Amino acid sequence: MSATTATASRRSSSLGDTIFATVAKLSGIFVLAVLGAIIAALVIGGSKAIIAFGPGFLTSDDWDPVHESFGALVPIFGTIVTAILALALAVPLAFGIAFYLTELAPKWLRRPVSTAIELLAAVPSIIYGMWGFFVIVPIMSQYVQPFVIDTIGEWPLIGPFFQGPPFGTGILTAALILAVMVIPFIAATMRDVFETVPAVYKESAYGVGCTTWEVMRSIVIPYTRASVVGGIMLGLGRALGETMAVTFVIGNTNRIASSLFGPGNTIASIVALEFPESETGSLKLSSLLALGLVLFMIAFIVLAISRTLLKPGLKA
Amino acid sequence: MSATVPGPAKDMTAAVALGRRRMRVNTIVKVCCVTATAIGLILLASILFTLLVRGVGGLSLTVFTTSTLPPGSNGGLLNAIVGTLIQTVLGAAIGTPIGLMVGTYLAEYARDSALGNTVRFVSDILLSAPSILIGLFVYQLVVSPFGGFSGIAGCLALALIVIPIVVRTTEDMLTLIPSTLREAVIGLGAPKWKMIVLVCYRVARQGILTGILLAVARISGETAPLLFTSLGNLNWSLNLSKPMASLPVTIYQYAGSAFQDWVQLAWTGALLITAAVLAVNIAVRALLRGGK
Repeated sequence: MSATTATASRRSSSLGDTIFATVAKLSGIFVLAVLGAIIAALVIGGSKAIIAFGPGFLTSDDWDPVHESFGALVPIFGTIVTAILALALAVPLAFGIAFYLTELAPKWLRRPVSTAIELLAAVPSIIYGMWGFFVIVPIMSQYVQPFVIDTIGEWPLIGPFFQGPPFGTGILTAALILAVMVIPFIAATMRDVFETVPAVYKESAYGVGCTTWEVMRSIVIPYTRASVVGGIMLGLGRALGETMAVTFVIGNTNRIASSLFGPGNTIASIVALEFPESETGSLKLSSLLALGLVLFMIAFIVLAISRTLLKPGLKA
Repeated sequence: MSATVPGPAKDMTAAVALGRRRMRVNTIVKVCCVTATAIGLILLASILFTLLVRGVGGLSLTVFTTSTLPPGSNGGLLNAIVGTLIQTVLGAAIGTPIGLMVGTYLAEYARDSALGNTVRFVSDILLSAPSILIGLFVYQLVVSPFGGFSGIAGCLALALIVIPIVVRTTEDMLTLIPSTLREAVIGLGAPKWKMIVLVCYRVARQGILTGILLAVARISGETAPLLFTSLGNLNWSLNLSKPMASLPVTIYQYAGSAFQDWVQLAWTGALLITAAVLAVNIAVRALLRGGK
């Protein structure tokens, strides 16, 4: 009896192993299939627009539902400009926060401040949109923009970028909100990679008399350079696809503004606003899906670079 | 006397000057870093303060007992709250088992295989991919072919967001388990699947639970993937095959409206969802700290 049940149980356990391993592997393949299906769905959905406009879709600044002429240039421009501006604002702040948390802050303060910064990343993006619209936009239109228009707006060369009516909304405001949203992601990644620097290296530098900043500049940053860039790219990926917050504050106009105070749109904001009111099967809907495909490709490239640079195991 | 200072002393003054400059630069950088951190904290405080000031005023029992109504008729958010609960729970219920299996595959079966590395790479990209694209994808996959916006489409979109989050934490937690423990279990003659389910999952339970909770917190505040899937519904509805309300989408619709009571409800809803999301995040951190 014992021999047969033992064989039977071994058989069933090896069967159990096979089933479990197969399910696990299929789940892994499912993730790859999702990626493939997202690309396929966007390509198929956008095919009508891609066939109708060809490569000109990417270079046309038209968005004319009446004459059924659609182009992606303005949203692509808005997406890239707001994301880059946001990074320009966020990276120095995020670096300062990460530097403070790893080298300067007293031990007892590190955890609460770290947690607070991480909570900033947990706030839903719709909340950033409302906060931006009801708090930041009035501040921008009443104080910041009139002041900047009267001062920097008069300067040669860069003046024109800071002119126009102070609506409060616009590209710069969107970039500001985006910056606030990506700061915690970049700061958390930088903090994590700064902590990977072996203490011996830092102690050696301190031992020959380096100041905290010199240790940061000559030891920590060179040691972690690739991962820091990876963290910044991760923030860029987030900023490119952010939807709700941008939709609230960017002004939603399909025009390339000459001023940073002018309204604009991004791929995500135009899709969020116009998709629900597009008819199924229309050229407009197809153009929006093609826009989604463009956003996916940009975000994929940025995130792929980010993941390659970040050492595996670090996450944000 | 100063006219007769010999060479080395002159170098001394230069060295002292250099030392002062280095200290000055160091101080300036330190001040900048403290300022940056202060700005970050002020931003969080500003968001929370705004939510409290504008949201608390609208808190009343009606918010939880009445569905959304036309402007001016003292409506609440009941349908939106219930809709968010249903879609979040179902989304997490669909996404978690898949994410768990993928994480298990990466940690236990494919640590260094080419397929495993590809899956890990793609999952990490999906983790940060724009959520609005998930909405577009589910629209193309479910909404468009099956005739209309539905709560179940919203659940599927949220499930797709849950998967990569659970994958990441599951893999991280399983990788932390020492291989001696695995060897001990296998040495007792247990099959590998029993080792994973009965031992590894139990050891990593807390970490995996953390990942699931964080995923729940994340999807409960998502708006963009629901816009084209569950759409939002101003009436009471529990029918998963019909458009379904959700708190974030209702907030989005109300915040942009011209009616004062709708804007007030949007703020109250915003306060509720943020309080819930932040509470889960803080609880998860406390849980992790307690476990260490």
